[in-house]
Amino acid sequence: MLSIKNIHASIDGKQILKGLNLEVKAGEVHAIMGPNGGGKSTLASVLAGRPEFEVTDGTAEFEGKDLLEMSPEDRAKEGLFLAFQYPVEIPGVNTTNFIKTALNEKRKYQGLQPLDSASFLKLLREKAALLELDKSLLSRSLNEGFSGGEKKRNEIFQMAVLDPKLTILDETDSGLDIDALRIVAKGVNTLRNESHAIVAITHYQRLLNYLKPDFVHVLMNGRIVKSGGKELALELEEKGYDFIKEELKEGLLLN
Amino acid sequence: MSEGIELLEERANREYKYGFTTNIETDTVQKGLSDEIIRLISAKKNEPEWLLEFRLKAFHHWQTLEMPRWAHVKFPEIDFQDIIYYAAPKTKKAKPGSLDEVDPELLKTLDKLGISLKEQKRLSGVAVDVVMDSTSVATTFQSQLAEKGIIFSSISEAIQKHPDLVRKYLGSVVPMTDNFFAALNSAVFTDGSFCYIPKGVRCPMELSTYFRINQENSGQFERTLIVCEDGAYVSYLEGCTAPRRDDNQLHAAIVEMIAGDNAEIKYSTVQNWYPGDANGVGGVFNFVTKRGMCRGHHSKISWTQVETGSAITWKYPSVILKGDYSIGEFYSVALTTGFQQADTGTKMQHIGKNTRSRIVSKGISAGKSQNSYRGLVRAAKTADNARNYSQCDSLLLGDKCGAHTFPYIESKNNTAIIEHEATTSKIGEDQLFYCQQRGIDPEKAVALIVTGFAKEVMNNLPMEFAIEAQKLLAVSLEGSVG
Amino acid sequence: MNTIHTDYLKDDFESLLSAQPDSALNGWRKEGFDNFTKLGLPTLKNEFWKYTGVARLFVKDYGVPGGECTIDESIIKKAAIPGSEDFNQLVIINGKYIPQYSNIQETEGIEICSLDEAAKGKYHDVVQEYFGKSGLFLKDGIYALNTSFFDGAVFILIKKNHTISNPVYFNHIFDTTQNHLLASPRSLVIVEENANVSLIESYCTNGSMDSLSNEVMEVVAKDNSHVEVYRIQNDQPTGSHVGTTHIRQVGKCFVNTVVVSMDGGMIRNNTNVIMEKEGNEAHLYGLYFLKGHTHVDNHTLVDNSKPRGLSNELYKGIMDDYSTGIFSGRILVRPDAQKIDAYQTNNNILISDKATVNTKPQLEIYADDVKCSHGCTVGRLDEEALYYLRTRGIDKDLAQAMLLKAFAEDIVNHIKVASVKDYVNKLIATRLNMED
Repeated sequence: MLSIKNIHASIDGKQILKGLNLEVKAGEVHAIMGPNGGGKSTLASVLAGRPEFEVTDGTAEFEGKDLLEMSPEDRAKEGLFLAFQYPVEIPGVNTTNFIKTALNEKRKYQGLQPLDSASFLKLLREKAALLELDKSLLSRSLNEGFSGGEKKRNEIFQMAVLDPKLTILDETDSGLDIDALRIVAKGVNTLRNESHAIVAITHYQRLLNYLKPDFVHVLMNGRIVKSGGKELALELEEKGYDFIKEELKEGLLLN
Repeated sequence: MSEGIELLEERANREYKYGFTTNIETDTVQKGLSDEIIRLISAKKNEPEWLLEFRLKAFHHWQTLEMPRWAHVKFPEIDFQDIIYYAAPKTKKAKPGSLDEVDPELLKTLDKLGISLKEQKRLSGVAVDVVMDSTSVATTFQSQLAEKGIIFSSISEAIQKHPDLVRKYLGSVVPMTDNFFAALNSAVFTDGSFCYIPKGVRCPMELSTYFRINQENSGQFERTLIVCEDGAYVSYLEGCTAPRRDDNQLHAAIVEMIAGDNAEIKYSTVQNWYPGDANGVGGVFNFVTKRGMCRGHHSKISWTQVETGSAITWKYPSVILKGDYSIGEFYSVALTTGFQQADTGTKMQHIGKNTRSRIVSKGISAGKSQNSYRGLVRAAKTADNARNYSQCDSLLLGDKCGAHTFPYIESKNNTAIIEHEATTSKIGEDQLFYCQQRGIDPEKAVALIVTGFAKEVMNNLPMEFAIEAQKLLAVSLEGSVG
Repeated sequence: MNTIHTDYLKDDFESLLSAQPDSALNGWRKEGFDNFTKLGLPTLKNEFWKYTGVARLFVKDYGVPGGECTIDESIIKKAAIPGSEDFNQLVIINGKYIPQYSNIQETEGIEICSLDEAAKGKYHDVVQEYFGKSGLFLKDGIYALNTSFFDGAVFILIKKNHTISNPVYFNHIFDTTQNHLLASPRSLVIVEENANVSLIESYCTNGSMDSLSNEVMEVVAKDNSHVEVYRIQNDQPTGSHVGTTHIRQVGKCFVNTVVVSMDGGMIRNNTNVIMEKEGNEAHLYGLYFLKGHTHVDNHTLVDNSKPRGLSNELYKGIMDDYSTGIFSGRILVRPDAQKIDAYQTNNNILISDKATVNTKPQLEIYADDVKCSHGCTVGRLDEEALYYLRTRGIDKDLAQAMLLKAFAEDIVNHIKVASVKDYVNKLIATRLNMED
């Protein structure tokens, strides 16, 4: 589904990603961990097409299409969803209307009729219930005055409504209390099936307890320096990243 | 962001939907302004002597004045002798009694503008007065309103039928000497609406006037007078359009409103005069004096305006807060694109005790336009516990336009509290990116964010109007952002 | 006689010219007087003077200083800010710099002389390049009047890579024992690359007649320089002041200005910061704490013509008795001056029911990628805070004084010269009947 080869990316002339490779197949859940400044959020931004980032080398294909050639909205319509680490507030833009616009834009792209109001509201209610989302949030301005947890839940809620093929969670777990974390994980897990894939960027093991990733990668210095199964996350939690740094020094790892 | 703007830039020319003209027979007077012309206009309208005197006095005062140049707008000298001061669609009668007597061409025009005079066709019982060039062509629902004692008619008709009422209030809020354009209007005003809501009556429907400039080289000088007696309420809507023409048309109106004790007037405008073409040729010069007097205690006057049209807008709907505990409000969205220039805002004059006012102004500049907020909040010595809050935000779309804020705050009362806040910024790149990540294209995203930015103001419009205004904003933004 | 008249100034101007036919500055003066003749005094119709009727000061005949100035040393001492002994003190009497009374402590890295001398000597080119450029921004009769009558103007140059450790202090004294005085102080200060200086001004009218000081200070700040300008006004009610501090940031540099107005007649301060290079930074602060009939009008201009400028402006006013406080701030962002951060705040408190405040914070923005904001408030003391203090046993007057002091401190804290800060704090404490 997603095939990233040797990607290099920079912002303001500063090189962040330095030859990153990643293969994600449908049905898989990947966790990307790593110390701050390693390039985790840059990877998410590059995949979603944030304009400030410049891809200087490498390729990224999504469902066989050149992702890097696509505008951010086309990537979204193709089924790539980024749950933002810091969802922006948009004053005056009603949350429900916003989601409806996004959904219908995607349907238009797929050659489908816009969803009628009744079906849309039904869908909305269903997903809101799933995420135990306070319905009053839906009539408020997008993310405005939402608590940190509400913002994150709103991201997952949008994901559930838009039904993407690939979801990238950019530290969606940070700042969540245990209940919110459970709800978010539940939301994400509903999308867990053979046709979907999830890339979870995180610092902590606790989200992974719920997500049970198939693969865990360590992103450091702009590259994936170590990959493994979910046991790697536990090891990282226990030992920190220093042992990887040591292994790097000793040349035990590739790159 | 830049991508969104670039995309929009590609769509160079915006079409002004209301740019057509109507071929109807028109009764005009010759160009220019003189005692004779004023006498002629007055005679055509069969006016009483006092009104002719009022006009002449205003004209003579106007001759002593100079065109004001303090606003942040640039425009060529206006040749006031090159304007037709009276142009009226010809009808068999001075004022048609029924729809059958209205020129069918005119009805077609109104239809195109989305106004139906057929009362049963109206969706939500809005009474309409239509003013074309210098004359009111039709007023609906008059008889139903009359049952409640409400007078809603063209001001010409009111001058004939209710001369004492008109005489009592005309010029009482905006004196003929008020400013250059007010003096001009007082000399040559030709028609407009008159609303009178008697004591204790809540007007059961929205009253609305639709203004249309049709005749070439003509100016439009309408005069609106709204009086709400003690305990009365009215919501009034105003809309305007003009045909596309290469020369500039002058519009210099006056709106006066008076609210008695516990009375409330809500005035909403969607101003969409022809803004000129993509190169800044043509368009309406809109120089308007609008002022309300909160005469009574606990009275309230609220202005809401959505300004998208005109080549130049010079307009400051104001409230004189004379009655104790009176309230003044001003909600404004001004969108300028192309070469438009807007200098608009309000004046809140606190005189009575415990008076309150609130100003919310949202300016959006795009293209090569200039958009200024200019406002005055004044607390007089007598205005104990006066309270004002103003919020002026400007949004810039593109780097060739300007957004300016010129607030004046004057207080002579040490119990008054006045707060003013203003921000200027460009549309948020992170907001645009967020929308794009959800699959919304940049142009739509801009419209979405701008509409959100203007929401606080739009929420004050009556429902039907709000939808129109929202569409208008989106249409005006199309292809003109850059 | 109660009419405004200025005809007599023509004779004064001619005698000024004939007294110093060799001055290198007469070209500017003549142009100035031509302009003044054309423009006359500004009226309230002039938007720039909307709230300050400066012309009405001219109902009296002002004497224009001529010839020698002598003054008792004790008066100079009395006029000086306490603790200014270590400063590089320039004594300016009736607008003229008098070297023999002055006391320049530092000579390393600093050049101080009369402007005429500078224009004739090795600084000829510098004067030509930088003098009078504020005229591009100040186009009224008051500015023209200064340019006509400035005499004994000062030229200061802070040399490259020098930090002047003691402030340069302008001790302005106006002698009105004989007649009403129109003084026209003028100075040009060049701060070269990587230099650092603080400029301080104070004003004192000595005598029973009225004075009007019409001052222009032009400061040119070059690359990587650091300039602080403090203007402290605590004159008698007979002393009126119109003063412009016009700072050009011709290199990427840092500027901090603080204007404190505590007492005087009619006061008008123009503080202009012209940001001519990318990445300039400027801070403008002002405090006006007024009583009696004092009228203070603060105008500021921050003019951004290059990208990445940062400016922060905070002016605060407390108006007592019959006083009037005015703030008019203008932030101008010219086309293509992108990535500008410009902030402006003005807070006012009226503590008398006879006082007036007028404020006009303006934003004029012609570039899109900017973050600009202004906020202003007019109000009274926070009743809630007052009440809180009183519940703690503090009586009302003291509680009010404490709150006002705190309000003023936001500005005073930006004065970085300790003795000046102490002095201003003392003035505030005295005004509030507080122990310092």
